[in-house]
Amino acid sequence: MSESPVVAFHNVSIAFAGPPVLADVSFSIAPGETRILLGPAGVGKSVLLKLVNGLLRPDRGSILLFGEEISQMAEENLFPLRNRIGMVFQEGALFDSLSVRDNVAYQLIAERVPDDEIDRRVREALRFVELEETFDLFPGSLSGGMKRRVAIARAFLRQPELLLYDSPTGGLDPVTSTTIIELIVKERDVYRTPSILVTHRLQDAFTLCTHRFDAEHGHMISLPKGQTDPSTTFLMLEEGRLIFDGSLDGLIRSGNVFVREFLQ
Amino acid sequence: MALQTIERTARNLVHTVQDYSLFAWQAFMNLWSPPRYWPDFLIQSDIIGVGSTSIVLLSGFFTGGVLALQSAATLSQFGATAVTGRFVSITMIRELGPVLTGIMVAGRNASSMASELGSMVVTEQIDAMRALGVDPMRELITPRIFACISMLFFLTIVADAFGILGGAAVTVFLNHQNGTQYFSMAWEHLRYPDIIQGLVKPLFSGYIIASVGCFYGMRTSGGTEGVGRSTIQAVVNASVLIIFVDFLITQVLLTLFPSP
Repeated sequence: MSESPVVAFHNVSIAFAGPPVLADVSFSIAPGETRILLGPAGVGKSVLLKLVNGLLRPDRGSILLFGEEISQMAEENLFPLRNRIGMVFQEGALFDSLSVRDNVAYQLIAERVPDDEIDRRVREALRFVELEETFDLFPGSLSGGMKRRVAIARAFLRQPELLLYDSPTGGLDPVTSTTIIELIVKERDVYRTPSILVTHRLQDAFTLCTHRFDAEHGHMISLPKGQTDPSTTFLMLEEGRLIFDGSLDGLIRSGNVFVREFLQ
Repeated sequence: MALQTIERTARNLVHTVQDYSLFAWQAFMNLWSPPRYWPDFLIQSDIIGVGSTSIVLLSGFFTGGVLALQSAATLSQFGATAVTGRFVSITMIRELGPVLTGIMVAGRNASSMASELGSMVVTEQIDAMRALGVDPMRELITPRIFACISMLFFLTIVADAFGILGGAAVTVFLNHQNGTQYFSMAWEHLRYPDIIQGLVKPLFSGYIIASVGCFYGMRTSGGTEGVGRSTIQAVVNASVLIIFVDFLITQVLLTLFPSP
């Protein structure tokens, strides 16, 4: 018997003032699975991600998160579920008035965890993203790439049961993007946390699918030619509709005109 | 076309009033259940209270001075310059102290709350807070509202005191009248209903300033331009609402405590 999904969307629709942003979207995420959500800008990718942890509510359909229906759940009941999720926002969304240490430890401070333990765990998380030296700095003094890595450290801190990445490499140079993708591959292969990664950059998506983390040497390496990570699959949106749900191989062979145009 | 515009504007107005009422009510009720963020309350009290002292002190002092100048000019026609102290103290304590303090603090703090929260909204920091399992209403809004209510109460007392001092300075140094007479007139004719009226108003003004500032900040949309728009709306609406509520409270309190 297969394990129950971590996230399941059933015919989810949402509209703001105007045409629907998402229409009848259905998909699920199994434990240990990484799903890459592709699509051009403005197609509803970030909206879909915010529906997963209840930051937005759908107009129709149901969303199951860790087996619980959240589409009509009260905000205060969502907080315990959100505590089990790590989310990386598009621009990092670090709190300007707090130091890197306090940003990363935000949840721990709210839970009144002792300072010594906070320091230890924050240093560990920052070491994971190779930014331990930024411990006392403020977000204003960090580069764009460093902010994303601190945001990733904040999302990883409590070893969440689900990770949501909203365009973590958007607006970054190729070298920094690769550093971020390497961190995501490392997290995927070390902790096997289920995740959704939103991106419109095909290169990042393919890198995630065709690489693995070599724990022995501490860096990302290519999988043998023709092999892909079996736990990493794709979703693709076009004007609010899910037009593809499958593997990299299926994506490349897809006959859908929009998918073909996007890949080209 | 014109009818549609009127209908749309009316609908937006009703929605805004409804949203504001729910927002202000929720922020108020959050104080009576945990978690409470006392350190944030103290930080906001420092920003609003200590930070606004200088402008409230100066505006109070010069308003009292102007009142003394204007009233002395008129009262001298009736040979009644001796009651300048009474006129200044009652006007400051009952009306100008609370209203001026409210408007000055609205200009300084409703704008800063709207712009700070608005920037947090457009940079997704509010969403990040919610995603991290923290309720922004409890951590950001409720401490600001209660800090603003409590600090405006004390700032109004400061404005009243410095207004009376400003009136005294003008009376003694410019109008060359007796200072003792000024202060005795200012003190002797004060009644408890005057003081109650003057100290009830800032409780409402404080609530209006913080709730309106936070409301417009939290509903910011449209990037940095939206932040600017929210800031303007916050200051304008808070200032107008303060004067409107002042009118209502004055009417109610004058009914409850009629002048002798």
